[in-house]
Amino acid sequence: MVEEIGRTADGNIIINVGPQHPATHGVLHLVITINGETIIKVEPHLGYIHRSIEKMCESLTYRQFIYVTSRMDYLSSHINNHACALCVENGLQVEVPARAQVIRVLMDELTRIASHELWWGAMAMDLGAFTPFFHAFRERETINDIMEETCGARLTMNYMVPGGVMQDIHPNFQQRVKDFIKLYKSKISEYDELVTGNIIFQNRMKGVGYLSPEDAVSFGVSGPPARGSGVSCDTRKTYPYEIYNQLQFEEILETEGDSFARYMVRIREMNQSIKIIEQLIDNIPEGDFQAKTKAVLKLPKGEFLQKVETARGQFGVYIVSEGGTTPYRIKFRSPGFSNLSALDHMARGSKLGDLVAMMGTLDLVIPDIDR
Amino acid sequence: MGKLWEVFMLSFSKISQLIDSWLRATFNATWTMVIEMVIAGVCVIGLFAALGLVLVLMERRVAAWIQIRLGPNRVGPGGMLQSLADTLKLLVKEGMTPDGADKFLFNLAPFIAMMVAMLLMAPIAFAKDFQLWDLNIGVLYISAVSSLMVISILMAGWASNNKYSLMGAMRSGAQIVSYELSAGLSILTVVILSGSLNLNEIILSQSDGWWIFKGHIPVIISFVIFIIAVTAETNRAPFDLAEAESELTAGFHTEYSGMKFALFFLAEYINVFIVCAIGATLFLGGWMPFHIGHWEGFNHVMDFIPSSLWFFGKTFFLIFLIMWFRWTFPRLRIDQLLNLEWKYLLPISMFNILLVTVMAILGWYF
Repeated sequence: MVEEIGRTADGNIIINVGPQHPATHGVLHLVITINGETIIKVEPHLGYIHRSIEKMCESLTYRQFIYVTSRMDYLSSHINNHACALCVENGLQVEVPARAQVIRVLMDELTRIASHELWWGAMAMDLGAFTPFFHAFRERETINDIMEETCGARLTMNYMVPGGVMQDIHPNFQQRVKDFIKLYKSKISEYDELVTGNIIFQNRMKGVGYLSPEDAVSFGVSGPPARGSGVSCDTRKTYPYEIYNQLQFEEILETEGDSFARYMVRIREMNQSIKIIEQLIDNIPEGDFQAKTKAVLKLPKGEFLQKVETARGQFGVYIVSEGGTTPYRIKFRSPGFSNLSALDHMARGSKLGDLVAMMGTLDLVIPDIDR
Repeated sequence: MGKLWEVFMLSFSKISQLIDSWLRATFNATWTMVIEMVIAGVCVIGLFAALGLVLVLMERRVAAWIQIRLGPNRVGPGGMLQSLADTLKLLVKEGMTPDGADKFLFNLAPFIAMMVAMLLMAPIAFAKDFQLWDLNIGVLYISAVSSLMVISILMAGWASNNKYSLMGAMRSGAQIVSYELSAGLSILTVVILSGSLNLNEIILSQSDGWWIFKGHIPVIISFVIFIIAVTAETNRAPFDLAEAESELTAGFHTEYSGMKFALFFLAEYINVFIVCAIGATLFLGGWMPFHIGHWEGFNHVMDFIPSSLWFFGKTFFLIFLIMWFRWTFPRLRIDQLLNLEWKYLLPISMFNILLVTVMAILGWYF
């Protein structure tokens, strides 16, 4: 198919976007067939950052393998860790203390906001506006500082362990989160002024990259891209885990299915996360932050599955245990992989500039796709 | 004493006259002309280098200010020498020529970009009676020469033998050819009002007020269109589709490195300066101080501010405006870009020019 001079038989040009390209935010490789500016076909090529994490996990114990999962979707490492911890706890039948549960949800939601902040900046940068990136980082840094204080890390936290969390929250934690909420609420209007309300931005986003609800389901798209098409798929609502069923928050749905709908879902989701944090931050129960577990964890023979909602969509951990100290087989269902698969369908017939915008709204994290 | 005061006033015209009279007294007419041309050439190159350094630093500072960060602040006092250090870096870098490239055209393109920018410098009046070439068709000359810019971009994109470069060049071709129309039409409004193509006469016609104030709303509309069109013509964001970093890596100059890249980079900033200088000349009175009708006293006070300061002040204000655009707006898509020109700006400009013509005939301006 691909000829030497980079043209197809019918004269269309083939260009490689990536693996080193500013639009792909990593080492994603898209082979694009274009006719002038119009996209005929998008073919994602993976494998540039494959570290065989799933195979690696087979030789790590149930305490150790969680650390590796921080390196998959590094923007929602808390939530990845959370899923693995939940899965192991299900197998062990461990009761997690209430304090740990609340801390976990708080961390999850802070991570979600941080991830969406970064996405917002990167999204605007994909469209050629550089300034929003720095504005987004102003708020994101605050979250990173909070994480650093409590977890000891800013990106790959490894804070959730089977049975609870690794250590208790820092004494400043509650105050700093409240300060962050105040900061966030005072700055969120800037986001709308700078990007959302911008006429150029709206023209670039509206009616572009349409994904119908049926296609979203058949491609396995989850998270904000699916909810932008009106598919209700928030795992926090559909398969509640931890204490999400006791919390007041809405599942954000937009029905347009275009890039702007996916954009609005994430913007509105940040506000919901703030709402969840506000409910919990003053109500962290006293008690242990970790349940008593054995030094060496052994899962009973069987299969265990846990689904959670990361910032990008549904993340699944599937463990097959033979009863030993390490998983027999492990499989991660990463949201980015399925979301990427819809890109070709969305991008056909649109302009090259729009492809970058669509990739932005899918919020791809390449190590999550490639594992 | 009087001469000292004038030197203090940075009166370029007096300095140039002094040099001219001294040369005429010392050499014969032919040599005087040759020496003066050499001096002018050296001055243009010097101005080029200085403007490049200042504008790059200014861009980075403006960007930093908008993006709530500090910007260059390590090299020299307050980061003033940053762009000098960058130039040094670019000078010592290898200027690569890709294997598949058309070597002659590839190496020629940056020089054409530079040459066009230099040629455009000729008819601009930097201060009172200070102009390289007092051309009687200055406006026409500028619109003619500025369209040559697209040739260098197309040449660079084609000769690079890179698909990204080619796409960037094609976009740029479509863009510059389209936006030249509304830029030209908005310039025409001022030509109609002042009745001259000579830049100096256009400036003198604004001695009782700048056209943007005298010409009512039609001239303000054409000023806005002019600013939009020249932003597009110089490939600046939000119309930077030729470079489109997130889509085409760097568009037409993807394959360029070292000093060849620096020439493109410099040419872009010089072009921004020139279009802003033209905008300032046509709409904001060039070196003409801020005068209001017959307020003799006020006008006289304004005259004390040197004319070069007026010119550079206005020009840098417009440059700031264009930089502000770049760091605020997202990029347009190619079809939206062409729609904006052909469906909105061009019809508006055409209607506007009719309005201005009627206004000029009936004398409905101050």
